[in-house]
Amino acid sequence: MRLPGDIDLTTSVSVWRRNLTEYSHTWMTNVLPNFFDPVLYLLGMGLGLGMFVGRGVGGLTYIEFIAPGLMAASAMQGASFESTYNVFVKMNFAKLYDAYLATPAQIQDIAFGELLWAVSRGLIYGCAFFAVLCGFTLFGHRVIVSPWAVLLPVAMAMTATMFALIGLTFTASIRNINYYGFYYTLWLTPLFLFSGIFFPLDNPQMAGGHAETIAWFTPLFHCVRLMRGLAQGPLDWTHGMSALWVLVVIAVLLVVVPRRMRKRMVH
Amino acid sequence: MDVAIKATGLRKSYGDFVAVDGVDFEIPKGVCFGFLGPNGAGKTTTMRMIYRASPVGDGSLEILGHEAAGGRNDRKIKQKIGVVPQEDNLDQELSVRENLEVFARFYGLDRKQAKARAVELLDFVRLSERADSKVLELSGGMKRRVLIARGLVGAPELVVLDEPTTGLDPQARINLWERMRDLKRKEATLILTTHYMDEAEQLCDSLVIMDKGKIVAQGRPRDLIRQHVSSHVVEIEIAAGRHANAGPSGESAAGAIAELSALAKRHEQHQDRLLLYVDNGEEVVTRAAQLLPDAETLLRRSTLEDVFLRITGRGLEE
Repeated sequence: MRLPGDIDLTTSVSVWRRNLTEYSHTWMTNVLPNFFDPVLYLLGMGLGLGMFVGRGVGGLTYIEFIAPGLMAASAMQGASFESTYNVFVKMNFAKLYDAYLATPAQIQDIAFGELLWAVSRGLIYGCAFFAVLCGFTLFGHRVIVSPWAVLLPVAMAMTATMFALIGLTFTASIRNINYYGFYYTLWLTPLFLFSGIFFPLDNPQMAGGHAETIAWFTPLFHCVRLMRGLAQGPLDWTHGMSALWVLVVIAVLLVVVPRRMRKRMVH
Repeated sequence: MDVAIKATGLRKSYGDFVAVDGVDFEIPKGVCFGFLGPNGAGKTTTMRMIYRASPVGDGSLEILGHEAAGGRNDRKIKQKIGVVPQEDNLDQELSVRENLEVFARFYGLDRKQAKARAVELLDFVRLSERADSKVLELSGGMKRRVLIARGLVGAPELVVLDEPTTGLDPQARINLWERMRDLKRKEATLILTTHYMDEAEQLCDSLVIMDKGKIVAQGRPRDLIRQHVSSHVVEIEIAAGRHANAGPSGESAAGAIAELSALAKRHEQHQDRLLLYVDNGEEVVTRAAQLLPDAETLLRRSTLEDVFLRITGRGLEE
């Protein structure tokens, strides 16, 4: 089946399946550790720091407040790791894409296959964390309370897709694996800290009252807002705007990424 | 005669560097066709254009009935081609069998067909018992055989082998040559690049010699040798110190060299080594033994290497 942009879906699924085969060998060491990341933040910050945030945030306890945002971060991290280091190694060290390109596979099929896999991985982490949150809810924490929460996997998929595409764009632009130091420390970590996961941004004393406006221009902010709205309500037009924001970025990068990859690989 | 590939005025440059400088060649179906030349001659760039990893720079390149320039037919062309690349780009994370199955699916085989194809090809390259080994556990020669099997998963009409035996030990090379002869018997068209002239002589029905992006000679190996050199070469190792500076014998050495050279169709002197291209080898060797009794003399058949040396004026190792 051929998708717009001359993407052969069968080939993309073969790339996806190849990754599944690899991870069926190594999931214990490759997949499992990253899953604990957000869980540890939830426990450490939520239960630990939460003890000192006595009055909670907007009627929620601190752990209830940070839980939905951590779900967004979880999807972001899963998709990012895959679209950065793993793709870089396959492209530049293992020369795997050169091998793929010598078959009927075209660069856009490969890029789309890797995207599907990065999204899958983001979804695996996001959903595993979602399950943990459902557990917390069962034990009396009001984490997942809105019926709209059934749409959380959709929001996770959007989050993972956007960050996979951003990661692929960066990967197609660098020649040295050490540049990921910048990507993680100066891009993903600030997003993680300042996108409204750990504290609300609409505080008038924060950045002269402009914190939320600044965050509006960054990607994770919208994912956090969506997750929180879907998990805990109430939903309003700002959530619609955030969904649109993410979809527009995805649409733009879906055009950019195959071009950059082609420029990088075909000469 | 059916044509597998026809190149007309094919060019490719990277910035100011012209890698392939306007070459014309025609490869008939069902033959083993060689591209010879030193590193940097433009062989690999030509191969990359054929297997559609590189866009055609200029000129026309018709592959199995499809024009490659412009890139619109890439999928169709690649569906019919198998590639055995120069470098080992096997999937280290997968087993030998999984490597083949994954690649079979890129050619549109379903899961069952892919499995069957992997079994069949592992048998062909004599690696059935290593099917479930990790690629990392294989020797260099075995990896190269897996690469060959992988190049065949799409049942290609045309197989491109880019320096398939470079870096292998003699035994592994001979083993690979056997597999390539099997392939020839299957009537696939083979394109082979190599800088081993003996390999080209053994395997190629026809070949081109490339140098600095251009084709400098083409034909059948024996014809090229007959045309450009002679049937045999006499190599004489003249130890310069012993002869040249030893008074009267130095003069006689120079005289001997002149006399021997006159007996040859052509001669060349590289430092202390005199090469005589001859058709009457025995006679020249006998005379050399009389004139230069201390010199090491060797009579051998001419090779493509001599052709290359003759045409380009330098050895392959330079």
